[in-house]
Amino acid sequence: MFTDFSLLSLLIWLPILGGIWVIILGNNQASIARPIALAVSLVTFLLSLILYFGFDTTTPAMQFTETLSWIPAFNIQYSLGVDGISMPLIILTTFTTVLVIVAGWEVIQDKAAHYMAAFLIMNGLMVGVFAALDAILFYVLWEAMLIPMFLIIGIWGGPNRVYATIKFFLYTFLGSVFMLIALLYLYSQSNSFAILDYHKLAIPMTAQILIFLAFLIAFAVKVPMWPVHTWLPDAHVEAPTGGSVILAAIMLKMGGYGFLRFSLPITPDASQELAWLMISLSLIAIVYISFVALVQQDMKKLIAYSSISHMGFATLGFFLGSSVMGIEGGMVQMISHGFISGALFLSVGVLYDRLHSRQIKDYGGVANTMPKFAMFAVLFAMANSGLPATSGFVGEFLIILASFKVNFWIAFAAATIMILGAAYTLWMIKRVFYGEIGNEGVAALKDINGRETFILATLAIIVLFFGIYPAPMLDVMHSTVEHLVQHIGISKIPN
Amino acid sequence: MQNISLAIVLAPLFGAIIAGLFPVSKRVAHSVTIGAVGLSFVLSVCVFYKIVILGEAGFNETLYIWLEVGAIKFEIGFMVDSLTAMMMLVVTFVSWMVHIYTVGYMRDDPGYNRFFSYISLFTFAMLMLVMSNNFMQLFFGWEAVGLVSYLLIGFWFTRESAIYANLKAFLVNRVGDFGFILGIAAVLMYFNSLNYVEVFSHANEHKDTMMQIIPGLDWSVMTVICILLFIGAMGKSAQFPLHVWLPDSMEGPTPISALIHAATMVTAGIFMVARMSPLFELSTTALSFVMIIGAITALFMGLLGLVQNDIKRVVAYSTLSQLGYMTVALGASAYAAGVFHLMTHAFFKALLFLGAGSVIIAMHHEQDMRKMGGLKKYLPITYWTALIGSLALIGFPGFSGFFSKDAIIEATHHAYEAERAGAGFAYYAVLLGVFITALYSFRMFFLTFHGKERMDEHTRSHLHESPKVVTIPLILLAIPSVFIGMLTIEPMLFGEYFKGVIAHNPFNAEDYHGVIGFMIHGMLQPPFWLAMAGVGTAYYLYMKAPHIPEQITYRCNLFHKILLDKYGFDRFNDWFFAGGTRKIGNIFWKIGDIKIIEGIVNGLAKMVIWLSSVIRQTQTGFLYHYAFAMILGLAVLLGIFVFGAKL
Repeated sequence: MFTDFSLLSLLIWLPILGGIWVIILGNNQASIARPIALAVSLVTFLLSLILYFGFDTTTPAMQFTETLSWIPAFNIQYSLGVDGISMPLIILTTFTTVLVIVAGWEVIQDKAAHYMAAFLIMNGLMVGVFAALDAILFYVLWEAMLIPMFLIIGIWGGPNRVYATIKFFLYTFLGSVFMLIALLYLYSQSNSFAILDYHKLAIPMTAQILIFLAFLIAFAVKVPMWPVHTWLPDAHVEAPTGGSVILAAIMLKMGGYGFLRFSLPITPDASQELAWLMISLSLIAIVYISFVALVQQDMKKLIAYSSISHMGFATLGFFLGSSVMGIEGGMVQMISHGFISGALFLSVGVLYDRLHSRQIKDYGGVANTMPKFAMFAVLFAMANSGLPATSGFVGEFLIILASFKVNFWIAFAAATIMILGAAYTLWMIKRVFYGEIGNEGVAALKDINGRETFILATLAIIVLFFGIYPAPMLDVMHSTVEHLVQHIGISKIPN
Repeated sequence: MQNISLAIVLAPLFGAIIAGLFPVSKRVAHSVTIGAVGLSFVLSVCVFYKIVILGEAGFNETLYIWLEVGAIKFEIGFMVDSLTAMMMLVVTFVSWMVHIYTVGYMRDDPGYNRFFSYISLFTFAMLMLVMSNNFMQLFFGWEAVGLVSYLLIGFWFTRESAIYANLKAFLVNRVGDFGFILGIAAVLMYFNSLNYVEVFSHANEHKDTMMQIIPGLDWSVMTVICILLFIGAMGKSAQFPLHVWLPDSMEGPTPISALIHAATMVTAGIFMVARMSPLFELSTTALSFVMIIGAITALFMGLLGLVQNDIKRVVAYSTLSQLGYMTVALGASAYAAGVFHLMTHAFFKALLFLGAGSVIIAMHHEQDMRKMGGLKKYLPITYWTALIGSLALIGFPGFSGFFSKDAIIEATHHAYEAERAGAGFAYYAVLLGVFITALYSFRMFFLTFHGKERMDEHTRSHLHESPKVVTIPLILLAIPSVFIGMLTIEPMLFGEYFKGVIAHNPFNAEDYHGVIGFMIHGMLQPPFWLAMAGVGTAYYLYMKAPHIPEQITYRCNLFHKILLDKYGFDRFNDWFFAGGTRKIGNIFWKIGDIKIIEGIVNGLAKMVIWLSSVIRQTQTGFLYHYAFAMILGLAVLLGIFVFGAKL
């Protein structure tokens, strides 16, 4: 019913145009720019909810589709649409952008309007990535999205930001080049850039494996998977709070989304052939990275490593021998991780804004002076440890259940996150929040203000809601994921 | 019935939210939470009455579908049968007493409202656990009580020892939960459902199913499932070797030691195994494992109680040991006896803890028994209730603990006669344990209440009995500590109370000849005499000849040191697990990530720079260099053109 309404285009272009407007207003008029940015992001978020409520959960087909011819000579189209996999991620994107803009409200004083504009533009581009059904459109948006993020880290970042931005850019850019090659090959075979056409394309095994590996490089960097993960901690440490939130909550999810939209349906046989590789890399991410997280001294680095480990769970779920439970578990894990890691980075931001340090040793006994904040921090820490009745539990639970069916030892290795995840998160909580007041800085801390309380409380409610009642999140995925699993089950190797 | 169940569960949650999230006065905080838990208790009595007395059918209904994946539904729902009804009564009653007691114990604490919020939240979580009708919700409650335990052990969060203990407790419990969740995954894999009724009704079909965990080795599925589930119980119910967190949990305020770390939460593992009895009955291997673990805990943790000087730690080790008894009962297939002991123990151990708390208040938060003595005349109510608790604990005939402990020993003896693996060891362990229990209990009792007054003058001058909010719960708990055993032994062990709920019962109604008969029979058995010997030894050592314990300590120095060192578990865990993981973490980080991966990445970057610096040499800027290169290139191209055609 909304097809004539071009809702997806609106979700892409509204924030981009809003961002341009804010840039035109300029940094001198930051006091006007902020409310405008907030209003634009809020409207975008509310509009994106139409996707959820107007979504037909009974069909795996693309919905809210739009198609315009873009470059007819190469059959490139401006074609958009969502299914049960991309729709929740779009809402996560628009929601997180609102939070980030509120979180940067008075914290960012330097070039405030440009800061807001960067996030608005990025919002539009990220929605575009999830909504694009044309490979070139996807690729263009996928790369374009790097630019605002590059600027956010490069301009508002920490002291070592130049190293971090270049590393971030080169890593992801290098990865995407391989994806481009794969897409061009697929075009040469099908004479089309429509992603859905690729799903139907018959491809011999060798080609499938090469395509799979090319996609893997692109998406593995983004997720990030071990061993191409080392850019993430650096990027997080240097990024401003908002940048970290978007990075963790949305950008990492694009890697996971790529596996579901490209790797699995386009190269199902290779996906099964190489499942062992994906499972191994995921398990290394879960176990190895957890150990690394345990010894971090910098809170942001710790959460960054924790993100890698939790995303390992998502990729594990995707490649568990095409099980609905595994894939849905991975999706839930990604969405939930968006909320939880966002909340954790915002919490670090709360502390950083006050004491300008991310080092664990510079804190201690924060709960004495910031009891309200401590309550939220403990809640999010528990969610990060996968406590039942928080959203962090749902995905991990489903994936452990699904992996047990594949092999006892996969489940065994995956379930170690129960212990390790709790160990690194709660050990950090102990050192930062509990104990006697660590130093004068901590003694002078003021508890969170209304704005900060609002953000953290919103996230807390969401994390608890989806922990207690995750069905609304999963109900929209069922048709799509079931269709995907069916699709993977049919070999695409031509006879 | 659904509404009543819902009200029972949600009332404490409501109390917790009011006391915790709203800026209410102390008075409102304790009134609301006490009222809410009181309501839960009263409604639990109604449920108990309906199901047990009126004999109405049990209740099993789904509240809502948590989520649905494929054909598998994950549900939240309640199952109330005779086992649940009993647990609900125990949980809400003890919790209610502890709520009231807290008004006195925490009177001047700045975290007053927070404390009430936590204990009400705990009550909610514990009720969710026992009332669940499926494995997943069980796990929800399971982890939620762990969370509250974490929050309460670290309640005084500025104390280093407290925040060490709560982290340790949470992580050790997580080790157990690690096994538990794998067990749940195994159940789902073989039964395609997590609903109790569905799983139990199909349990027999998998009696002979085998699985291979290590390729080439066939293991019975039921054994694997039961042992994995039991690992969860080992964490929560503090069974060897996952017992290490419980003694440290005494860092929390005393009311929660009574409620969580004695009466209810730590018995969740026992409850769980009893609930899963249809599964455990299918694997004697798992049962033997359960029995041996329980026996080790019962005997060796009791021994540690002998050398403790902190009054709370003596009770804590006693709890460990008693949990071991319950576990032995489970392993001997006498689930009913285990649950029976769970119930009697909940009352008398909560009583002992609250009594210890009353002593601690009177002593101005001094917990060292060496600085007590002669408190009998200052704290008469505490004294008499503590005596009742101690007699119940050692199993003095007539007191509640007597019936349940005798039943366990009896059942272990049965298992021994039936030649179940490990039962011989278990039988002698629990027998010896009776002597040790009596010895440490009355050591504590004499050191605290009798003998010389060893406190300083200032403390002595302020000694007086605790206020009514403290003593009334003591009295109310003392009543069931005496009577609950004789009142309920017949239906619970020899009757049909657990019929259809617990899979197997080794006790026969024909063998039962009334309470008196059971008592007379018990007095002719070795446990009674062992207990008496224990009390006598304690009396002699600590009242008559107090120099002897010192001599024993001196003579058996090595043994004493081992006990003081708690068999070295804490040291080993700190060194091996806490230290080891950090070492591995550092190796992975500093060598794996920084040296190797970053080394390669940055090495590539450096190589590009080097390569470009080499290639840059060609960009000299001299025209004749470029011209020469062009000529060279032309020559090569022409060469290929001319000679290439021939090839």
